[in-house]
Amino acid sequence: MSTLTFTKHIWKKSFLQIHSSLKRPKLNYHTNECQSIDNEYIYEVSMNIRTMSEMSGSKALMQSLEKEGVEIVFGLPGGANLPIYDALVDAKFRHVLVRHEQSAAHMADGYARIKRKAGVCLATSGPGATNLITGIATAYADSSPLIAITGQVPLNMIGKDAFQETDIIGVANPCTKYAFQPRLATEIPEVIKKSFYIAESGRPGPVLVDIPKDVQQEVTDIQFPDLIKVRGYKPIVDPDLSNVGKAVELIISSQRPIIMAGGGVILSGAFSELQALAELIMAPVVTTFKGKGAFPENHPLAMGPIGMHGHAEANRIILEADCILAVGARFSDRSVGRFDEFGKGMNIIHLDIDPAEIGKNKSVDIAIVGDVKSALRTMVKMLSKGRTNRSSDSPWLQRRKELIDYFSQNIKDYPRELTARKALKKLRELLPVDSIVTTEVGQCQMWTSLHFDVISPGTFFSSTGLGTMGFGFPASIGAKAARPNVPVVDIAGDGSFNMTENSLAVSVLENLPVIVFLLNNDMLGMVAQWQRTFYDRRYMGVHQKRCPDYVKIAEAYGANGFKVQSMDELDKAIKSALRTEVATVIDITIDPEEDVYPFVAPGTGLKDMITGA
Amino acid sequence: MSSKEYRNKPLYIISSLVENKPGVLFRITNLFRARNFNIESITVGITEKPDLSRMTITTRIDESILDQLVKQLRKLIDIVEVEVLDVNNTVYRELALIKIRAKDFTNRNEIINFANVFRANILDIGKESVTVEVIGTPDKIDAFKNLIIQYDIVEMARTGVSALQRGE
Repeated sequence: MSTLTFTKHIWKKSFLQIHSSLKRPKLNYHTNECQSIDNEYIYEVSMNIRTMSEMSGSKALMQSLEKEGVEIVFGLPGGANLPIYDALVDAKFRHVLVRHEQSAAHMADGYARIKRKAGVCLATSGPGATNLITGIATAYADSSPLIAITGQVPLNMIGKDAFQETDIIGVANPCTKYAFQPRLATEIPEVIKKSFYIAESGRPGPVLVDIPKDVQQEVTDIQFPDLIKVRGYKPIVDPDLSNVGKAVELIISSQRPIIMAGGGVILSGAFSELQALAELIMAPVVTTFKGKGAFPENHPLAMGPIGMHGHAEANRIILEADCILAVGARFSDRSVGRFDEFGKGMNIIHLDIDPAEIGKNKSVDIAIVGDVKSALRTMVKMLSKGRTNRSSDSPWLQRRKELIDYFSQNIKDYPRELTARKALKKLRELLPVDSIVTTEVGQCQMWTSLHFDVISPGTFFSSTGLGTMGFGFPASIGAKAARPNVPVVDIAGDGSFNMTENSLAVSVLENLPVIVFLLNNDMLGMVAQWQRTFYDRRYMGVHQKRCPDYVKIAEAYGANGFKVQSMDELDKAIKSALRTEVATVIDITIDPEEDVYPFVAPGTGLKDMITGA
Repeated sequence: MSSKEYRNKPLYIISSLVENKPGVLFRITNLFRARNFNIESITVGITEKPDLSRMTITTRIDESILDQLVKQLRKLIDIVEVEVLDVNNTVYRELALIKIRAKDFTNRNEIINFANVFRANILDIGKESVTVEVIGTPDKIDAFKNLIIQYDIVEMARTGVSALQRGE
């Protein structure tokens, strides 16, 4: 073993020289011809090459993943990734067998969001790979670092419409940060290192690695780079200080500043910085739905999420501000309603790591591109030096209190004993604050946004961008794998839970117990609510007709199931679920007519919010 | 958008250096499609560095959208460099091959005269057609095309714009 150093420009040439001086790469599989290296594209990198030894592409993949510190992968085998699964037998990390590839991607995503490093999922070619796509697109929409490794048909079969062949690189292109297809086993270590770098740095996102079966099998001398460089990829991390200074001045000179915290705060882990800043400038903090949990929701400055189903007081106060500091948020239609109406006549400061988000939906007064955590830290430093003579009883914060009081009385409520709102309040009461909570998509998600306070920052996530039904349950299993010592709850609806309920098998067999808090209105409730509101109660395709029986489903998989029809039963069921180390489904019967309020109808502005009262 | 509205939008020339490897053109054109931008012309060719290609894209869009387009392009990992060329300080050329119907001697002579004025080359003369090569800015090629359209254009092929910034 030798230590060799190559610079960027001589790498390609040197690569060939090493190979001619060493043994020819052997191909120990069934193809007739040996591939010529000269015909293959070799990625241009600068690297330090340390170790070199003969092994298969699959083995090199395992070692590369180990070097990235991978502890767990979620996947399902098939014809085109059998060599990878063979190498997994000797791998030093854990493999979790899923029952559907979509769930593997969601599990890796959930794991990544809690661990704050890339999650890994595996699938075979063709349908295995396409089944991952919903999960990959979900991760892309929510900027979650995900590495999806797919098997592919052998190189000489690509383009021949072979059995289980899909052009997954083409399919994945619009929903990945990048997609690799190594064509030599020797490329695998470098491709994996690049994948983790791209997935985790800058604005995180998914990367797909598609490995043809013969490349997995090829046995050759493999070198592992310590250092890689991707020349077309330069994430901006350090914020421009002069813009930060301008932003600070603008905040100081404003009378009614407000902070709008987005998912970027959670991704960069800037919780304490955000809190310090808010307390310094005494600004109310609203979040986007993706940013829920970026700021403790029981804090005296907290206002909860804005948006389509945001808190009424949050939606109102942001209209009255004179200066909005948007931190790691992207002004999505779901959060701000109409782009042209939002922030009219106010100063907007936009802080984001992705330059393409600046001015995409909303033109802003001051833009700061860079890592949220370091920008906020600088702002706090600058502000601590200056004067920020703000007090907790300023007219602006009194207005905050007024709005909260007003809307606590003026939002439609339902008189029944057991409603989604009451169930979620009960859950909050009984659940330890460090528990991790995720949701499915639909009414259950929006009720969580409204009625479940996230107290410990970074303990909540949901499919907020793509809105993937079926995300929450497998993602909660991934989250449990990332943080096994805290309770993990998936707040679900009956419609969403149906989509990935077979992950119960994973939760039970892999000892990753989570609690499914199933708000069961026997409806695709959000669609039903829209049909009630906008289509004159002409229901179509929303009734679930009490099928299946969720307690029996839970029991069939070896999990616990409780049917709950009163607050008393709910209390007992939650306590029991928290006591046992078994996956538990709490099937809570709620009224199908219970709507989510407030509601900002699509295509309207936040000022048009409907409270239902 | 009517075609007239579209033609009235300003023309931008975007020059980029991209990795010379398979799939790059797909990623770039897919971005235009997914983000709803229109490509007027696109040319790709190798550069002085074998591992880099130069891609020149012309597009007609509003100035407000241009910034977003460039940022989205910059995000693509295979794109090493992107810049919007200042049309006033850029040399840019396009080549067009036009086969024109020329039934008789008079027609042929007229076409050849026009071609001379435009410094176009006659590449081929058949019994009933003349094939002309015109090089210039897209405007010049349009002007030539509009002039000879009276003779009936049998076929036309245009390369799209290649461009470089003037000076160092």
